[in-house]
Amino acid sequence: MSDTETESDIDSLGPNVRQTAAELATGDRTDTLLQTDGLVKQFGGFTATDDVDFSVSEGELRCLIGPNGAGKSTLLNLITGTYEASDGSIYYNGHDITNLDPHERVSRGISMKFQVPSVYGDLSVRENVRLPVQQFADGEERRRLVAEAIEAAGLTGYEDVAAGQLSHGQQQQLEIGMAAALEPDLLLLDEPVAGLDVAEREAIAERIRRLNEEQGIAFVVIEHDTDFVASIAEEVTVLHNGEVFREGPIGEIESDSEVQRIYLGGES
Amino acid sequence: MVNGINLALQFLDSFAFIVLAAAGLAIIFGIMGVINLAHGEFILIGAYTATLAVTQLGLPLVVAMLVGGLVTGLFGIVTERVIISGAWPNYISQRTLGRDVIEPLYDRLADSMVATFGLSLILTQGARIRFGNSIDQIATPFGAISYGAFSYSTYRIVLAGVSIGLLLATYYLFTRTDFGMRARATIQDKETAQAMGVNTDRMYMLTFGFGSALAGLTGALFAPVISMQPTLGDQFLVEAFVAVVVGGPSVVLGTALSGGVLGAILATFSNLYGTFIGRIALLVAALIALRFLPDGITGFIEQLRQRRQESD
Repeated sequence: MSDTETESDIDSLGPNVRQTAAELATGDRTDTLLQTDGLVKQFGGFTATDDVDFSVSEGELRCLIGPNGAGKSTLLNLITGTYEASDGSIYYNGHDITNLDPHERVSRGISMKFQVPSVYGDLSVRENVRLPVQQFADGEERRRLVAEAIEAAGLTGYEDVAAGQLSHGQQQQLEIGMAAALEPDLLLLDEPVAGLDVAEREAIAERIRRLNEEQGIAFVVIEHDTDFVASIAEEVTVLHNGEVFREGPIGEIESDSEVQRIYLGGES
Repeated sequence: MVNGINLALQFLDSFAFIVLAAAGLAIIFGIMGVINLAHGEFILIGAYTATLAVTQLGLPLVVAMLVGGLVTGLFGIVTERVIISGAWPNYISQRTLGRDVIEPLYDRLADSMVATFGLSLILTQGARIRFGNSIDQIATPFGAISYGAFSYSTYRIVLAGVSIGLLLATYYLFTRTDFGMRARATIQDKETAQAMGVNTDRMYMLTFGFGSALAGLTGALFAPVISMQPTLGDQFLVEAFVAVVVGGPSVVLGTALSGGVLGAILATFSNLYGTFIGRIALLVAALIALRFLPDGITGFIEQLRQRRQESD
């Protein structure tokens, strides 16, 4: 990164990130990885996210909860660039990435697993994993990374099986493996355990914890199941009507009467 | 009486013609969901470029043909950036008006047909205005082979070999290379491909360029054996569309199979009853295929495969 780039980035940052960038410039590094500043997304007359300030620290494991239509998936799709923001900014590692294309955000270290299983059904497991790995690795390194990713997904022996033939749980594992194979700093997971049984949920939880602890990957995980949330995350952000409603430790959030009213109790 | 050697040569000729006519169109339609009605004019660009490279610049024929494909490929990239994706106009409008002015034409069949039909009219008339009603043709290379009372252009046999070579090269490109992997991922699910770090915008641009280059190469390859006039692309268009529709969703296999089936029908009926009846037979075959195999030959094969998997 050039000095010019740093200065221009600092000039364009919001108040929270201005401080972060200034600290970066003085060598007093903070650990803010992602920061959204007044993020708005409108679909026609409907506001899906409204003035969302949301941040994730390096190596953090944060869950995003909220009733249906709260804007959770929209927020992740804004961070990845799948959706274009109507207003506001997104900063990643102190850089404004609001106008970057999705593949440019991936190359900066943001990776995502979508809500609907999105493995390539016609391609083999090996080809599915090769797709992200080939973006940055060649030859022997590529083969090694592909083999490691398949092993980490628990799919050794399934290398040549078409991904469409795998069980739902295996597809979820494969897709997390594909996203993790990009060696991201931030991995966004949209309902990674939806439709899975207890054993498969525990396997995914264990995988997330390992990736977080061993590789230092920061996570933002959307999930409805509070038991699953409690098993992986300490910090939780609650979205409601497109706005950040509460943020805090899972214990506090679970006992918050307002959260219970809008989310856990019944209002949806 | 049907002469066996004649029929075999005519089949090779029809196969080569259909495959070469359809390959570029099939790639652009199959991968981008864009129906390029200017496909015939892309063939025209390749044919004119190769011919002018030989007659005006004195380039060797093979080099001139490659130049024809290359120029058409570059023209295809410009077309994709300006008309199909609108990336260049949108780049300017974002900086002047603050918004996009063109919605990409990917997977918008009717809209892409209208836009490219307009382009085809401009190109045909542009060629007529610039070069007149015809240009000098280049001589057919390689001479002829004789057997008994018959003789046959060697170049036409070479074309059959080239068409098979192009199919194999395209198959290799889309199944064995990183580019092919990205292209297939982009076709199946654009959002996931983006999430995997694939620059899908670039993939569309390169794919359109590759399909256009194939169309241009087709024009260049046929330049020595067809009349050089601004409407020369029309004679490829019917076979190209019929082959794409009959072939179905699998780009390379579909083009090869429809080239084989339709080529056999075209050759047999042309040999027995003349070229006119041969083309009618081709269209009747397409109608029957569409009635009984609405997803084309490869769509039918895929259905059979899925049924077998379900029954296992």
